Amino acid sequence: MWELIQSNRRKSFILFIFMGICLVALGYVIGFAFLSEGGGITGIFIALAIWFILSMISYFSGSSILLAASKAKEVTHDVHPQLFNVVEEMKISANLPAMPKIYIIPDPAPNAFATGMKPEKSAVAVTAGLLSRLNRDELQGVVAHEMSHIINRDVLYVTFAGIMLGSIVIISEVFLRGMFYSSMSSRRYRSSSSRGGGGQAQLIIMVVAIVLAILAPILARLLYFAISRKREYLADASAVRLTRYPEGLASALEKISQSNLDLASANKVTAPMYIANPLKKKGRKLSNLTSTHPPITERIKILRNISQGVNFKDYQNAYALAIGKSARIIPASGLKDTNEIPIRKAKAERPEERGKKKSMRDIGDLVRKVNKYAFLLCVCGLKIKVPPDFKKHEITCPRCGHKNEVPLAELTAAVAAAGSIPGTKNK
Amino acid sequence: MTTAIIVLVIIVIIALFFIGMYNALVRLRNRVRNAWSQIDVQLKRRHDLIPNLVETAKGYMKHELQTMESVTQARSRAMSAESVGDRAKAEGELSGAISKFFLVVENYPDLKANQNFLAVQEELTSTENKISFARQSYNDQVLFFNNKIQVFPSNVVAGMFNFKTEEFFEIEEEAERAAPKVDFS
Repeated sequence: MWELIQSNRRKSFILFIFMGICLVALGYVIGFAFLSEGGGITGIFIALAIWFILSMISYFSGSSILLAASKAKEVTHDVHPQLFNVVEEMKISANLPAMPKIYIIPDPAPNAFATGMKPEKSAVAVTAGLLSRLNRDELQGVVAHEMSHIINRDVLYVTFAGIMLGSIVIISEVFLRGMFYSSMSSRRYRSSSSRGGGGQAQLIIMVVAIVLAILAPILARLLYFAISRKREYLADASAVRLTRYPEGLASALEKISQSNLDLASANKVTAPMYIANPLKKKGRKLSNLTSTHPPITERIKILRNISQGVNFKDYQNAYALAIGKSARIIPASGLKDTNEIPIRKAKAERPEERGKKKSMRDIGDLVRKVNKYAFLLCVCGLKIKVPPDFKKHEITCPRCGHKNEVPLAELTAAVAAAGSIPGTKNK
Repeated sequence: MTTAIIVLVIIVIIALFFIGMYNALVRLRNRVRNAWSQIDVQLKRRHDLIPNLVETAKGYMKHELQTMESVTQARSRAMSAESVGDRAKAEGELSGAISKFFLVVENYPDLKANQNFLAVQEELTSTENKISFARQSYNDQVLFFNNKIQVFPSNVVAGMFNFKTEEFFEIEEEAERAAPKVDFS
């Protein structure tokens, strides 16, 4: 694995240099176009300053911003023991130095993401919808995929490449809009000025700047997406290697692809972080070139073509078999991994297929649990959900009329332990 | 004078190189040891969980005293085993006893629906998985370490400081077959 991480790092570095050149060139040309002589340097300086500030923000608080934006809530072992255990199993399998924090996103759309700039400080977030749909082996596959992003340092890469792309887009956008408005105003007020000899050169630079401002974001985006897709394959391959069980991830991806729910808290910026594209309705219209994830059906097909072992070479072979192309998707150093690792047998088989209604109820219960609701079981069998800021001592059961006592002390203790929950007041 | 400086610089570079390699070897060896202790932690956790399991199941499985007894006995044998070989054998037997136990549980739908039992079952399943993943990770780390010791140039440093190749954790066929393959949903 170590060589793989290094090759990943090297590639990220090359990409940064390339995108950096894009950024500097853009800054120079735009600066020159606006301020003429000497303006180029100022332009570079401004471009790099924007990039630097964004990078610093994302490095030091990117994870917390992302988790807050996705409305994820950190949970303890008791909220979902299985999720907790599966993450710990994968932590052991991947030899991660520390246990990642675990978050649940209260949303019925099935999806998951990982974050953390280094393996010592990472987090895994899954949606309530995912937990209610997948069995143990499938959940393990998804968690292993996320864990692979952490150990392959993909989060670092995606964040920084994303920031670079973001800076290029911001600068181009500002420039093009500025051009648009200033050209309108210049037509009105300064129509016959600046027709001197320097105007010619200025005009050429202006045209170059416009072309660059239009092209740079597109180029940077294509580059970013292409490599982001490759990382998904690599994470799939690593996940299979960690779990020794390709079918788990394959059927998890299948279940994820069957849902057509959009993740409410995801947006264009955070989409590449998820295991599958969370914006399915919009994503379908986009072409292959601009998607951050490889087509999910393709990923399933590759996983199902793994028949002998689970090392990286087997994954590459399965790719060739499934897609019929010989493109290399695993870095050369990964292909040196030729230890034969057999596939393990299936373990978990969820016996009864649960109905849609039951599964929606599961999601609701889980979301309430994440939000610190208390559950009271009435004598008639009705489950009463008590919100954390409930103040009365008794609840009358709506079905049988039995008066249930509310363990207020426990409720307030749970709220106090959770710190400040929006909308509640701690005593 | 200049040649002295050049020689000195070369010596310093070589020394730094050796220090780096030595540290890398130590790091890898620590990882191997850490992975080994992970296996220990999980085996101990399994021992701790078994009384819980038996306690929850007791009320439901009055006619299966023997099955429960065999699990408890296998546990105490595994806990008291001294040598590594004895331990591996006893732990294998414990795995077998647990898997047999869960097969019997299939006949008790009431027990299978019990929340406490499900919770213990989930913990035990997970511990079982963690043991096998810890073993997997240990073997991976041993592979890295042994490779490093055997290839040039780090084999020179390894020879000087007496680093020895570590053994893989192979489990015998019998124990492998005995590993629980029960439906843990």
